[in-house]
Amino acid sequence: MTENSERRVVSVIVVNEASVLSRITDLFSGRGYNITSLTVAPIPESKYSRLTIVTSGSVRVIEQITKQLHKLVPVLKVYEHADLVEKEMALIKFPITESISDITALCQAYNGNIVNVGENIFIAMIADDPKRVDNFLKMIKRYNPKEIVRSGAVALER
Amino acid sequence: MQISGAQMVIEALIAEGVDTVFGYPGGAIMNVYDEIYKQDNFKHILTRHEQAAVHAAEGYSKASGKVGVAMITSGPGFTNAVTGLADAYMDSIPLVVISGQVPMSLIGTDAFQEIDAVGISRSCTKHNYLVTNASDLPRVLKEAFHIAASGRPGPVHVDIPKDVTAEIAEFDYSIELGLETYKPNVKGNPRQIKKAIAAIAKAKRPLFYIGGGVINANAGYEVRELIKKTGIPAVETFMARGVLSHDDKLLVGMLGMHGSYASNMAMSETDLVIGLGARFDDRVTGKLSEFAKNASVIHVDIDPASISKLVNADYPIVGDVKNVVKEMLELSTSINSNKYEPWRETVANFAELHPLVYHEDTDRIKPQWVVERVGELLGDDANISTDVGQHQMWTAQFYPFSRPRQFISSGGLGTMGFGFPAAMGVKAASPDKISINFTGDGSILMNCQELMTAVEQKLPVINIILNNNYLGMVRQWQTLFYDKRHSETDLSVQPDFVLLAEAFGGVGYRVTTKEEFDAALKDAIEKNIVAFIDVVVERLENVMPMVPSGGSLFNMMLLERKEK
Ligand SMILES: Cc1ncc(C[n+]2csc(CCOP(=O)(O)OP(=O)(O)O)c2C)c(N)n1
Repeated sequence: MTENSERRVVSVIVVNEASVLSRITDLFSGRGYNITSLTVAPIPESKYSRLTIVTSGSVRVIEQITKQLHKLVPVLKVYEHADLVEKEMALIKFPITESISDITALCQAYNGNIVNVGENIFIAMIADDPKRVDNFLKMIKRYNPKEIVRSGAVALER
Repeated sequence: MQISGAQMVIEALIAEGVDTVFGYPGGAIMNVYDEIYKQDNFKHILTRHEQAAVHAAEGYSKASGKVGVAMITSGPGFTNAVTGLADAYMDSIPLVVISGQVPMSLIGTDAFQEIDAVGISRSCTKHNYLVTNASDLPRVLKEAFHIAASGRPGPVHVDIPKDVTAEIAEFDYSIELGLETYKPNVKGNPRQIKKAIAAIAKAKRPLFYIGGGVINANAGYEVRELIKKTGIPAVETFMARGVLSHDDKLLVGMLGMHGSYASNMAMSETDLVIGLGARFDDRVTGKLSEFAKNASVIHVDIDPASISKLVNADYPIVGDVKNVVKEMLELSTSINSNKYEPWRETVANFAELHPLVYHEDTDRIKPQWVVERVGELLGDDANISTDVGQHQMWTAQFYPFSRPRQFISSGGLGTMGFGFPAAMGVKAASPDKISINFTGDGSILMNCQELMTAVEQKLPVINIILNNNYLGMVRQWQTLFYDKRHSETDLSVQPDFVLLAEAFGGVGYRVTTKEEFDAALKDAIEKNIVAFIDVVVERLENVMPMVPSGGSLFNMMLLERKEK
């Protein structure tokens, strides 16, 4: 019974209360589910937060993940997205000796820009589909990036 | 009214109609115990170990159908109770377990007797709380009882720092339950139910598969009626023993690893499994890909996550079994029970081919005989608990259960040490019935300190030790699958169980003949105090039949192998 593992994005709406995040992550670790990335922030003007979890597993596993998440008392809703807009952010630190104009042009193609310039370094930011972020990070290798930070994904149903 | 957090705990327990609390005090929970001292609305039973307090609360809950309550202190008190929480979680037993915690100002400082209790209990409770303000207590306690008992039941843990139990705040228990995110689905989709009934009416070889959820939902009698009306044979899981009476003609028996040949064959031959409150546990299904291979599946369960977790359900019905079965009963007129006659005959033939038996022995008492004998002598007059091991399986196989909640055992977690304290809880909930605990010489040592509680509280549990000088169930696996390498399972060195019972003020018997057994049981019932009946049984008896772990249900080991 080998089932294909698929990448999935799950959104969870939870009541803002102590230890709700660990309830969620404990559920994943305790049941052996995989978390690729997880982003959390309060939903404006409400007592809820939204978590965006990127995970992977067979159809059966994904179904269990959504059902088990839903069983947690502070969970209001669980969406397993099919058709969605998904964005991820990355910050990249370059040596000041690299070509700012080249990198600026590249960033603009990936929904980003230079966000900080210092004495020895400058920092670029992009926000795009996770796959395109992968691409961008491959392309900028030749500019000797010193440090890269990626956020988790956030997603909204179309 | 303005009262302390500790008083709030008492008021909430009274408001919830709690009549018995099992517990063990300590520093962090002392404010609450001080209030327990001052009241006489409910009884507090001091066990001699926190694990036993939780098991006793489980037994109490299983026998009564009410929420069991246990009270413990922080740190080691809490960690001792974790096994009980995990046990209750696996078997969906509604409990509220209240623990003391170090004062708020000390949390996170590695203070004396501090442990991250909610961190530990998160994975073995349905829900848990760390209460940081006394003003939250009425809401939290009300939610705790509601969550424990509703939906798929389970244990809820409430951790209360010592200063919160001292804090004064407003107490109003008439508040509305908030919990807008927690809404178990109890109704059962009417269209799905109709489809399921149509599938039953169409099936040729349908089979009820009854699980412990039926007992949790108090749906035993509705299920009996549905089975009677439809004339469809039924198999019970270990946890569902007693849903059907042993003499019900449609009861095929228990299924699974140590189920009957007839039950396992029926499951292998059925064309429609009607699962009610059962979760397709691996000890029941055996090899999944071979389980009920030619059958469609109706699955009724209150827990959506249980449905299609292991076996795909063609007719998933999320809802309270009692509600759903009532609806099924109404629609069941479309089902012609005569139609299943050939199928009933097939099942009866399976039962005749390989009935559940054991070989009698003239010299030694067979453990199965003891279970049967107690069944003959006490039948419905006793509530039956067990520990974990061979004796547990023999009890499930050979005791003539006649009602739901008569059989109380640790199923999901399989906790040795469960039986005796659970039996005390059963006795506290159900004093008119005799409380029997079938146990092993290994298991009984895992909570034998409860002799003291049973003596003090006059809880005359009769512990029948099926003494084989082995950790028998492990020994059986070693015999069958490890070429008889009996590694660390020989219990030849044993305490004198008679003296042990008597040291605590109970009564003990050592039994080597059948006559002695009858006399001992009679005497223990008459004396009406906690008893150990140490029965010397055949050492090398195996639990049969058996589906080896991961094997297919239709491939059972049937013959008892004679060992030297
Ligand atoms: C707390 C705990 N530890 C270990 C086990 C593993 N285990 C399962 S059955 C068993 C043997 C039980 O022996 P005994 O109580 O003498 O009963 P018997 O099988 O001989 O009837 C063991 C060690 C367990 N279930 N629970």
